[in-house]
Amino acid sequence: MIVESDGKLARREVVKRILEGRDDQPVITGLSIATYDSVAARDANHPLVFNMHGALGGAPMLGLGFALAQPKLRSLTLMGDFDAVMGMRALVTIATQMPKNLSIAVFDNGICSETGGQVSPTAGQTGVELADVAKAAKWPLAYTVSGESQLEQAVDDLFNAEGPVFVNFKVSGINPGPVPKSRDGTWMKLRFRKALLGTE
Amino acid sequence: MGRQEFEVDWAKDVHDALDEFGITQVGYVPDGGMKNVISYCSDNPRMFTIPLASEEEGPCLAAGAWLGGKKAALVMQSTGIGNCINTLSMIEVCQFPCLVLISHRASWSEGNRWQVPMGQRGPDYFKLAGFHVHFVDRGEDAGVTVSAAANQAYNTLNGVGVFFSQRVMGVKQFL
Repeated sequence: MIVESDGKLARREVVKRILEGRDDQPVITGLSIATYDSVAARDANHPLVFNMHGALGGAPMLGLGFALAQPKLRSLTLMGDFDAVMGMRALVTIATQMPKNLSIAVFDNGICSETGGQVSPTAGQTGVELADVAKAAKWPLAYTVSGESQLEQAVDDLFNAEGPVFVNFKVSGINPGPVPKSRDGTWMKLRFRKALLGTE
Repeated sequence: MGRQEFEVDWAKDVHDALDEFGITQVGYVPDGGMKNVISYCSDNPRMFTIPLASEEEGPCLAAGAWLGGKKAALVMQSTGIGNCINTLSMIEVCQFPCLVLISHRASWSEGNRWQVPMGQRGPDYFKLAGFHVHFVDRGEDAGVTVSAAANQAYNTLNGVGVFFSQRVMGVKQFL
């Protein structure tokens, strides 16, 4: 089900929907559940994924380096809300280049579930709206998705809209848990480059 | 912005070394000492020059470029080294190549006490983060040192920092 028992979007199902039928799509992720979502959506052996297991906040800049390096491909970065908060400055840096092929999808559950469920600055009525931050940085397309009815359009925009595109998915706080995967960054890097470039 | 005149155009030599090596992304934090390097790179249509909001973004940019099959270099001031220790560690963990050119404050006749801690200890911080360190004390050495450092970074898949003395870049003057 794409909606959890609390009525909010189920992040793992949303990521599956985003990557469905897109085996050629390279994926960069930030830390924590976003890494497991990306692996659960395809397969632990899928080579075109680079998961960060450290350097919180750094994922958008990996996305920018990749977008500028591969202008004919879509640069897709998946990350959690606190990761995005820490990397928020990068929304400004990315805006200086306005890469048309860059998309960031944030999965905003309002909590830091990896570290015990501390409340994120995005939580509740007074929480910061991350898509508004991207809008303030003049991203041409930045919005929040809170229900199933917006999902198809959002998936289409992530791949086809002129970027940079920022979509903040408001998702359930129910943690779908980790899946078995390697945390060896060197190995993930070599595997990714081999699959994309034919060289390590 | 015009370029500053030097007896030896070391900044052009640095730019040429980067260009010859195939560097296509240059992330920088605005810096007076490296002004001419940034200017030459900005004028090069083969290079993206990317102003960074913080130094910590630089190693991530370089990592993303490498995943996409391209080479990046970073330009920053020694003051910013403390801002990127954590992302420098990602370079070590993942064996990403990462070339960093550093405007080395407090290297020669520094006039601002606030620049001293990061400037004096910067090379050590880089080493603690797993980086190799080179120094440029004479303008004539700038191009060859950057060339050697680029080779080392991209052939050993390691971080390499090149520290430029204020003897080369000029000393920032204060009232």
